[in-house]
Parts: sequence; structure tokens; C-alpha cells
Amino acid sequence: MLVEEIMQTNVVTLPPTATIEEAMNLLQKHRIRHIPIVDKHDEVIGIVSDRDVRDACPSILDEDENENILSRDIQTIMSQPVTTVHPLDFVAEIARIFYEEEFGALPVIRNKKLIGMITEKDMLYTLILLTGTHVQSSHIEVKVPHKPGVLPEVTSIIGKRKVNVVSILMYPCKDDPNDQILVFRIQTMNPTPIIYDLREAGYELMWPNNVPEPKL
Amino acid sequence: MMCKSLFVYSDDLLKYHFHPDHPFNQKRVTLAKELLEAAGQLTDDEMIKPRMATDDELTLFHDRAYIEAVKRAGSGILDPDEGLNYGLGTEDTPMFTNMHEASAFLVGGTLTAVDAVLEKKCEHALHLGGGLHHGFKRKASGFCIYNDGAIAIQYIRKNYNLRVLYVDTDAHHGDGVQWAFYDDPNVCTFSIHETGRYLFPGTGNVNERGIKEGHGYSFNLPIDAFTQDDSFLHVYETAFKEIVEFFQPDVIVTQNGADAHFYDPLTHLCGSMNIFEKIPIVAHQLAHQYSDGKWIALGGGGYDFWRAVPRAWAQVWNVMKEGKPQQGRLPMGWIKKWQKEAPVTLPSFWHDPEKNIPKIPRKREITEKNEQTLSKLLAINIHKLRKS
Repeated sequence: MLVEEIMQTNVVTLPPTATIEEAMNLLQKHRIRHIPIVDKHDEVIGIVSDRDVRDACPSILDEDENENILSRDIQTIMSQPVTTVHPLDFVAEIARIFYEEEFGALPVIRNKKLIGMITEKDMLYTLILLTGTHVQSSHIEVKVPHKPGVLPEVTSIIGKRKVNVVSILMYPCKDDPNDQILVFRIQTMNPTPIIYDLREAGYELMWPNNVPEPKL
Repeated sequence: MMCKSLFVYSDDLLKYHFHPDHPFNQKRVTLAKELLEAAGQLTDDEMIKPRMATDDELTLFHDRAYIEAVKRAGSGILDPDEGLNYGLGTEDTPMFTNMHEASAFLVGGTLTAVDAVLEKKCEHALHLGGGLHHGFKRKASGFCIYNDGAIAIQYIRKNYNLRVLYVDTDAHHGDGVQWAFYDDPNVCTFSIHETGRYLFPGTGNVNERGIKEGHGYSFNLPIDAFTQDDSFLHVYETAFKEIVEFFQPDVIVTQNGADAHFYDPLTHLCGSMNIFEKIPIVAHQLAHQYSDGKWIALGGGGYDFWRAVPRAWAQVWNVMKEGKPQQGRLPMGWIKKWQKEAPVTLPSFWHDPEKNIPKIPRKREITEKNEQTLSKLLAINIHKLRKS
């Protein structure tokens, strides 16, 4: 999955000479947390977060000079240089930048020009898509030996029941390093035939489908 | 306490039938009705025939293009690929002959119940053929084609301009109805269901609260797999009372899915008949206390249709009519008639004998988890709204 597939393309920007007050208004109006600062060629020269703006604002206990500070140029408080990404970067690589550098958002740059933004929230939504919980579906976890050829065996059992798979994830089994857990979200309200078939084929199902009927 | 109540029924409701192996089987409605008749609890003059909903009524919630697709599916002329775009022709909602008419009939039954109550022909009305809460604007899903609950609530809004509280006790999240009114502050939805972590449709988290004007008018209580009676009833009753007090509805619509029973093959909840007696008792009491008795109850899920569903649904009627459930032995005549056909041993009592109720080793943890979810629901929503 590429950055260009999940980035936001409607980006709110400001020129360096905009005021801090303008930035504050835009952040509130669009309910965003970051504004890239661009020059007249659409090149990113800095970035401002809602926290930068808040930190720049005087305390509410301080009655003087409020307006003075708010009318300053945004370039006086923007962060630079800015870490940017390319639309053809992999989402998995970008996740690492978010995790290690602790940024909240990254501008996406092609030919030096700003073409989009990607935020932590976009990354989390991607995770939701990967786990399939955005589509009406049922969840089944199957414990399998960690060896070649198991995945197609399991998926063919699902395929035989003509049920659509929304997502597949795999994670290591905590108790046994030789096993893996396959996680399926399948597009049906009635997973029971598949559960029976998997049991029949000798696979161990995880909670709550490891409890055979009747529910005892 | 006797209340004037009406029971919507016709054999035509059975025409909503996918195929013999499909878990959704409307024979449940007939079994419940005959159980009540055999018990002397339901007479002909308490029954009212459903009508068919018109296309215009269906468009109160559904897209015309979708309705047209359902009609074509019912005539066998819908292209399979096009059908899949509308959720038609899947394992869950296969196409069947005259599916439009059968589905429009279920919707009409719910509208019949609504009109009966709101035109003051009765205080309460029950339509067990309805409660198909997964249907979307332009998509069939989860055994549901037309969403009669969503249509009926729009119908109430449009024709009677009343504020509606929808309470969904099906083991699956009432997603179709929730999303239909997600931004509407005049319709409050409350769904208690098994957590979507494992179970279809996957939504119904406690933090789904509504958006825009409707923020704070959607309530979700996702409870843990293998939840049993005491925990279920405690969180249901506490949440329902808080919500009804906050919202002050003009009318209450309940969806009485009966799939939270320990016999149910599709869910992991573990309730006994006890919850299906108390669920309508609470609804009945609160309808009298808050909405001048105006209460419309619908059916819904329920896939152990021989043992769990007929008793559960018959008790909704018993409570509606007399304010209390039936007790003791089931009528012999009913058992004798249906035992010949049933692949399982039919129950002998209205309640589930203690020995049949599963022992759940994690009961204490489950109860504690559900309490935590309840306190999240109450803390996030109601207390915040009260302050503002």
C-alpha cells in the first residue's frame, strides 16, 4: 500500500507571512492539527502544529499584549526543516517514521511541491481497513502450524462455503513458537458452517469459537 | 394489569423465506403465535393483519434503485454481479422468488403496528415478523432486505412528528437503524449486543455516540461473549432507565431479537429464558412511565427457532397484554403438535430448568467487564449531556 493511496489531498496551507491568528483560526475551522507553510512555488518551508500555536499564545492570566503576539508572522514559530515523504513510499515505511520520530503528520512532496498530507489518524484508519472492521463481518481465529501450505488449506475451507474474506492477519502464537494464529474477518452473519468445517478438518479455533456447542 | 394490545399476524409473513437450510426461518413467528393460542393467551380479536408497504414508504429509508433491484431479484432477472453490489445473492441474503413482496409485507406489518398504537387502537402492538435491523439504505445484509425498523421510525417522524426511542436487544448490533439516525437528535437508539470483536457486524462500540446534531443520541452497550442472565439484566435495565430518563421519548420501539439465548447457534451470549421475560417487563414499565404506554415491539434475530424463540417471543406478548410473563408448563397441545416436526426435544416449561443452564467458568470476569462497559456508556454520554 502506497502513501498516495491513503494521503489527504485537500491540504490547508499558509504562506510564511500569515499571522499566528490566521493559523489558529484555520486549525479550529478545519479541525486539523498541522498546517504546512509553503512559499509561492508550493514548496514546504516549515510546518506548524496546534501545539506550536498554543505555546506561542500568551497565558489567559496575562492580560496585555495578546493581540501583539497573535499578529506576528507564522514563520517566527514554524518548525523546520520539515521531514517529508514521497507518494510512492510504502505505508509500512511511513509507520516507522511516525513511531520513531513521533510526528503527528507528514507532508507528501512530489517534484519539490506539496501534493498531500498524511497523519497518524490516516495511519490508524489504514489499520482499521487492514483488520477489516469497517465492513459488516464476523471474526474467526484459527491456530495453525507455522509451515508452508497451511494458509491455502484454511482459505479453501472458507472458499468452499462461498463466503467473502474481508481481511486476513497473522500473528505468532504466544504459547507455542511452532504455531501461528490466522485471523479472518469474513462477510457473513452465519460463520457456523465454516467453524464446523474447520473443526472437522482438525484445526483448533480460538476464543470464543473454541467452545463447542452447546455452550458449556 | 391488562393492556389493550394487538398482535400483527398473517401466514403471508412466512413468505420471507430464503431457502430451507438458511438459519433465518419465519416459522418462528407461527410457533410463537400457536404457543400463545394453545396457552389461551391470544384470541382472534387481538390479531390484526399486516398490509404491504408501498414503494413510497420504502423510500422513507431505502434508495429507489435498490428497491428496483430487489424487485428484479424477486423476478429472477437481476444480474448476479449487479446483485452483489446491493448485497443480494450472497450466502446471507440469497435471492428468492417474490422477495420484494415478501419483504415489503414485513415492513407493512411494522407500519400496521405503528398505526395501531399511534391511532390509539391499542396501547401496545407486537409484530414478530419485523425487526430486520441490518438492512442498509442500498444494501441487503445479515438476513435483512428492507429495514422495517428504520422505515417505521421515519414514518413516525413524518406522519406523527414524535420523538422515538429505539431499543435493540438482539445479540447482534442494530447497525442499520443506528446509522439511519446517527445525526438525528429526535431519534435515540440504544443497542445492547455481544461485542463486535468476534460477532457480526463488528460495530456497536461504546464510543459510537452519534454525529452532528445527533451526537449523544446513540447508545451502545457491547457485552462480552458468554454473558449470562444477571449481568445482562443489570446492565440492560440500568442503561435503559438512564437513557429513557434523559431522552423522554414520545414512543418506544423495541427490537426483540431472541438470539442471546444459550441455545442460539449463531452468537456466544448465554442468556436463559429469564432475560426474555425481564426484557419486555422493563420496556413495558418504562413505556407506561415515560411515553404514555406507546410501545411497539418487533421481532428480529433468533436462530434456535424451536426451543428458544417461540417462548421468548410469546413472553413479549404475555407481558404486553398482562404485565407479566407466563410460568410453569407449556401447553401439551403445542408440544404434541410440533414435536413431530422438530429435530430437537421441545422444552416443557416456560423457563429454562437450572440443570440446562451452562456453567461459565469466566462468569466473574465477564460480569466485571460488562460493568465497566456500562460505566463507560453512562459516563461518556449521559452525565456529560446533563451538564451541558
